[in-house]
Amino acid sequence: MSILEAKNVSIRYITGDFKDIGLKEYVLRRIRNDYHVTEFWADRDVSFTLERGEMLGIIGSNGAGKSTLLKAVSGIMEPTKGSIHREGSIAALLELASGFDGELTVKENAYLRGAMLGYTRKFMDDTYQQIIDFAELQKFEDRPFKQLSSGMKSRLAFSIACLVKPDILILDEVLSVGDGAFRKKSEEKMREIINGGATTILVSHSLEQVRMMCTKVLWLHKGRQIDLSTDINNVCDRYQQFLEGKLKL
Amino acid sequence: MNRLLNKLKQHQFLFEELVKRDFKKKYKGTFLGMGWSILSPLLTLLVMKLVFSVFFASNVEHITTYIFTGNIVFMFFNEATSQGMTSLISNASIFTKVNVPKYLFLLSKNVQTLINFSLTLILLAIFCVLDHIAFTWKIVLLVYPIVLLVLFNLGVSLILSALYVFFRDMQYLWSFFTMLLMYTSAIFYSIDRYSPTVQNMFLANPIYLFIRYFRKILIDASIPSFGYHLLMLFDVVVVLSVGCLIYKKNNTKFLYYV
Repeated sequence: MSILEAKNVSIRYITGDFKDIGLKEYVLRRIRNDYHVTEFWADRDVSFTLERGEMLGIIGSNGAGKSTLLKAVSGIMEPTKGSIHREGSIAALLELASGFDGELTVKENAYLRGAMLGYTRKFMDDTYQQIIDFAELQKFEDRPFKQLSSGMKSRLAFSIACLVKPDILILDEVLSVGDGAFRKKSEEKMREIINGGATTILVSHSLEQVRMMCTKVLWLHKGRQIDLSTDINNVCDRYQQFLEGKLKL
Repeated sequence: MNRLLNKLKQHQFLFEELVKRDFKKKYKGTFLGMGWSILSPLLTLLVMKLVFSVFFASNVEHITTYIFTGNIVFMFFNEATSQGMTSLISNASIFTKVNVPKYLFLLSKNVQTLINFSLTLILLAIFCVLDHIAFTWKIVLLVYPIVLLVLFNLGVSLILSALYVFFRDMQYLWSFFTMLLMYTSAIFYSIDRYSPTVQNMFLANPIYLFIRYFRKILIDASIPSFGYHLLMLFDVVVVLSVGCLIYKKNNTKFLYYV
């Protein structure tokens, strides 16, 4: 039995006039027949399976449907068509630095984030000091979060998130956090987690990273599945050519 | 129900942290902090009592208790629903990134307002003593309207918070509606002078039902009829089911609107 199985997943996204228009505009536009909602398929017919310990890299240019696919895998969205089957616990580290509360202190935010990631209170009590040390924020514990620099914020986010021990791990561009020394430290930590045996999905714009770490690669373009293969180098080479304009789809 | 409890247990830590956060943010930057939970109903009472017993010379018995019960019930409803309305939107940055049950945000706001309400209930007890009201065993029955009121608030907040995601106008419509409700809930006047038909019309107002229940028990020391209990239950069940249905149906749709 596969740990994760996505079968013909299609996700329809809607955008258009319904956002931020308010009741009056809504009624007026309905009357004028000027109310437009556009639907588009963020993902079409994407299928893949992952076994325990495998690492899938998802590549593709902006708007390829990578983030939407990850949201469906983590259960935040539901596929419009098709199905996703998961075995075991899942942790999605998406856009890490957002979602903190600027009014709360660093400590309060750390606990809130820990709770969001599914940790227990005891676990947070035990590891809190370790988190702060890793993030190098010892002097800022009781400061309101909004006073932190953006580098500090992502350092804290990473330090909390890197303690997860899920069966399925989803990483959206989180491997590169902070500057110099911290970047090195965080990459090491990341490799530690991945080597810990979790089944991982990695979205990355760095082909080098994908080539180095992944065992499988999925190439998406405008929602369509261009390729799914274990021949990482071949797919990455072709994607590289595509980016340089030498290959047309 | 069992599944719901399991889910709550699973997210207990997150829930506690959310309640804590809501509390901290509510009183942030105020000098009196939680003192306002006690002070603001007292000030409202003072104004109302002054206006209605002095200027309008109302001759309701135990006027202090009468006004205060109406006031705290209405304020609880108003606070829970107005704040519940925005609770989903204001947590958009969380539920677009983590898969958590969305009603958690609502529940945490409701817990916070419930704690406030409990404080005002203590005040109510003090006023009853000052107002020479004899306590009877019937006070125990107040558990019924309190539990139902909490559920009623929850149902209304479910509906409002969902609508608010789709139409931000709800905020203004709702503040107008609650004002209307305040004047039709007999908070500071008695409905005795109206014809029986009009008096029956008041029963269509769920908030009035709650207020009247409190007054019957405290001031008249009598128990409302069985039908009256059923009517209250009916209102709560309707509102709560509609709220849950809306949430169930739109659970994955909210995402598109934030």
